[in-house]
Amino acid sequence: MNFETTIGLEVHVELKTKSKIFSPSPAEFGDDPNSNTNVIDWGYPGTLPTVNKKVIENGLIAALSLHADVERHPHFDRKNYFYPDNPKGYQVTQSATPTAKNGWIEIEVEGQKKKIGIEEMHVEEDAGKNTHGNKFSYVDLNRQGTPLLEIVSKPDIASPEEAYAYLEALRERIQFTGISDVRMEEGSMRVDVNISIHPIGSKTFGQKVELKNLNSFNYVRKSLAYEEKRQEKVLLSGGKIQPETRRFNEINGTTELMRVKEGKDDYRYFPEPDLPSLSISDEWLEKLNQEMPEMPANRRNRYVNDLGITDYDAMVITQTKEMSDFFDTMIKNNADAKLSANYLQGDVNAYLNDNQIKLENTKITPDALATMVNLITDGTISSKMAKKVFKAITEGQDPKQYVEDNGLVQLSDPAKLQPIIDDILNANPQSIEDFKNGKDRAVGFLVGQIMKQTKGKADPKVVNKLLMESLNK
Amino acid sequence: MNKVTKEETQHVANLSKLALSDEELPKFNDQLNSMLGLFDELSEVNTNGIEPTFTVSDQIDITREDVADNWNQKDALLNNAPESVDGLIRVPAIMDGSDE
Amino acid sequence: MNYFDKDLTSIHQQLVDKEITAEELTRQTLDNIKKQDQDINAFLALSEVAIDQAKKIDQQGIDSNNILSGIPIAIKDNIVGTDLKTTAASKMLENFQSVYDATVINKLKNLNSVVVGKTNMDEFAMGGSTETSYFKKTHNPWNLDRVPGGSSGGSAAAVASGEVLASLGSDTGGSIRQPAAFNGIVGMKPTYGRVSRWGLIAFASSFDQIGPLTRSVYDNAVMLNAISGLDDKDSTSSSKEVPNYTAGINQGVKGLKIGIPKEYMTDGVSKDVKDAVLKAADKYRELGATVEEVSLPNSKYGVTAYYILASSEASSNLERFDGIRYGYRTENANNLEDIYVKSRSEGFGSEIKRRIMFGTYSLSAGYFDAYFNQAAKIRTMIINDFQNVFKSYDLIIAPTTPTTAFKIGEEISDPVTMYMNDTLTIPVNMAGLPGMSIPVGFDNDNLPIGMQLIGKPFDESTIYRAGYAFEQNTNFHKKTPELGGH
Ligand SMILES: [Mg+2]
Ligand SMILES: [Zn+2]
Repeated sequence: MNFETTIGLEVHVELKTKSKIFSPSPAEFGDDPNSNTNVIDWGYPGTLPTVNKKVIENGLIAALSLHADVERHPHFDRKNYFYPDNPKGYQVTQSATPTAKNGWIEIEVEGQKKKIGIEEMHVEEDAGKNTHGNKFSYVDLNRQGTPLLEIVSKPDIASPEEAYAYLEALRERIQFTGISDVRMEEGSMRVDVNISIHPIGSKTFGQKVELKNLNSFNYVRKSLAYEEKRQEKVLLSGGKIQPETRRFNEINGTTELMRVKEGKDDYRYFPEPDLPSLSISDEWLEKLNQEMPEMPANRRNRYVNDLGITDYDAMVITQTKEMSDFFDTMIKNNADAKLSANYLQGDVNAYLNDNQIKLENTKITPDALATMVNLITDGTISSKMAKKVFKAITEGQDPKQYVEDNGLVQLSDPAKLQPIIDDILNANPQSIEDFKNGKDRAVGFLVGQIMKQTKGKADPKVVNKLLMESLNK
Repeated sequence: MNKVTKEETQHVANLSKLALSDEELPKFNDQLNSMLGLFDELSEVNTNGIEPTFTVSDQIDITREDVADNWNQKDALLNNAPESVDGLIRVPAIMDGSDE
Repeated sequence: MNYFDKDLTSIHQQLVDKEITAEELTRQTLDNIKKQDQDINAFLALSEVAIDQAKKIDQQGIDSNNILSGIPIAIKDNIVGTDLKTTAASKMLENFQSVYDATVINKLKNLNSVVVGKTNMDEFAMGGSTETSYFKKTHNPWNLDRVPGGSSGGSAAAVASGEVLASLGSDTGGSIRQPAAFNGIVGMKPTYGRVSRWGLIAFASSFDQIGPLTRSVYDNAVMLNAISGLDDKDSTSSSKEVPNYTAGINQGVKGLKIGIPKEYMTDGVSKDVKDAVLKAADKYRELGATVEEVSLPNSKYGVTAYYILASSEASSNLERFDGIRYGYRTENANNLEDIYVKSRSEGFGSEIKRRIMFGTYSLSAGYFDAYFNQAAKIRTMIINDFQNVFKSYDLIIAPTTPTTAFKIGEEISDPVTMYMNDTLTIPVNMAGLPGMSIPVGFDNDNLPIGMQLIGKPFDESTIYRAGYAFEQNTNFHKKTPELGGH
């Protein structure tokens, strides 16, 4: 018997805001435990939530970028459950009227393009964080109330590879909207997965199994691949799939039973009476649409077709919105596209890797790097000198100033170079003799002398040209 | 005629994180049933085409600008907590494994 | 000092004229409460900082334009403030110290009022007799064997007994108006959104509203002026401008169109109460208003729909009381589940548990549509009923309660009967309308009878105007219980 796989992904991304979704506390949770909390975050008696407009806006931006139908009259709902990191005993989320429904995103697996449907997306508050000791657990509410966007896929994903591609595509798109850092390592993107299999041709889905502890896209793919096989084996040997939650074991790449689900959770959703509903206007959506950053696929097209850089370079540059924006600013400064691309994927990336730093946290600015590229293109500096200039740029120095202060301007004016060449030739008659006897080595020697004389500033191309002309006279 | 069984009453108590004693369970079960007896008259009301009302506030679109403001209440809040250690709220170990 | 023959204006004048200082007034008020409250039990706690606050106010000087400057006020114990503990009359919050002030408390402090104490109530405002308080039973000043009503029973009894001139209560299904009626005083439940709920411990968020209890209509309007208005911290609070409620209060009722809903004058309402309301209607006619019978056909579903909606919201609002961050924590916990279950089971009284159970059931999977959603639709029908009447009428009058105050212990044992007492007050909360109870007579046992004045949304002004006109032409509000400072 052959099986078909159905995978569902629930992705939570943390939205980048200054304050929490329902309280003005700072939305930062690296600080001292509970230092960014107030009476609202603690669910104190008598406290009430207020909605952060930026969160609603971020939700709309995501909805637009994922081609989804925006809910024009959303309200919030309460999801009721007891847990130590859930101070009010309910999470304020959107259940009846999610921010948007029916979106899609395109993925590509082995050259095949496919649209994956997005069921819905909604904004909600994050919970606090529990840490566990032997006898006790500890609750830090700094994360309580930080804004989340939850994105739920339709059952269109049919393989672990598609799941991986979906996550990559989603991360890329969300990242380019600028509403979230979408970094799994930092917890600003979290993925919950469910998978079921059913015999090909069967009209009903199989029993879903949920997978946990998926800390990278790779683990998602691996755990799904393992789980697909496991479920197949169970069914082929006449067994039944239980409704259960399984944990991915990172060490041996298997999934292990965490708990069997008994009955459905009963969250007793109902509309949050403390928050009036919202109405999303045409004008707001129009404005957001106009301000929507260009998506990476468009950028790559433009880079390759209009600017003539390679597919590979375009891909590298659009890894992050920051780098792509950086590149675009360089182009605006009339920097040569190919050379700019070379520097970004070469020296700049190497610098970021060596220093384990994000582009936006360096002193490198697109204006400075564009200036450097222009200095190379117009022959003011050599690419060898550019190495020094680049280092100066990473230290926040102005490239033009640096070049001047350090006398790095290349000598390429024939009127200035010719007298130097003449002097060197006069001083080395033997070399001229050698050249005429066909000894090419002599040219190398003469160039070396000229470079030495000019302290390396002479433009080698111009020197070569003038020297050959003089020798052939 | 009792609609709600004692088992269901117990289930509702579990959802509510309430323990009912042996005397309380039948009492609450009876009271739940007599209230539900009242509730049943509502099911006969024709509400076709009527939108539900969840709030009577006259407000709509009430949002706050994204400005962070730390009210610096940490110490006072921790002070009210039955147990806290090093700025964290302490509880007996969470054992259900539903956490990360 | 007992306030039987005083009102806010006269006390304010004494303060301005320096016949008495704020400190003396506060001291005398506290002394009197300590004495009288042995019988009444209206207060759960008296302020230890009130006298110091009054001294400061004396130093600043009494502002002759601010009628509440230096005036002692009592607050229901479900409104949080930093000066006193806030218990909501529950073991759950027996030692709870708020770390912030409710908006209404902030406003009163800014006006230099002096909060002298916190008043008794039904636990978490759930009840109609103040008998579900974990701490004590409050007695009706008119007859100590009777309940003061509830849930704002302490706030009402404190005013009726002359212990203070004004107090704040909260009204979810009648909890200001019913005790006002039982105590022969004036109690206003403002339009939903008129007064900020920031700092009011939530019972049912889409119903709860804070309002003043006083002995006169004018004083009540003064208090509402003080506490009303938009609050950034409460997104459901209204941005509508707040009129000056005392400004047009003496315009009379000439030309006013008043309706009496026939559904509020059924056999379930005692003859004494009906007669008093009919006489009040005649008084209004005499004063130049027209009074006609109107119909609110869906009122009969009000109580049931209310118990579904309010209990559902309450079940969720009370989830935060879990023994983890504040409030009562069981001493018998072996694990986390014990903390939840035992803290809640030991910390909540049985009325609370009952409502949590109803509410949880109504919201649980498979029942939401039949109960919660159906009740929310009936809420719409009740709102539509009122809107229809208000197309042709300016005001509705009706009995506040079916009977006068019942005996302590008489009804607490039967929740369903107890709930039925709120039949006449609940529809106003369902629709979010303003409603005020005023004294309109006494029954054979010399117990006060209350009448509700129900207005259009945010039209408290017309209610005050009609209430004031009635008061100016009758003497019911002048009568005081024999107990106390006579
Ligand atoms: Mg959710
Ligand atoms: Zn979620």
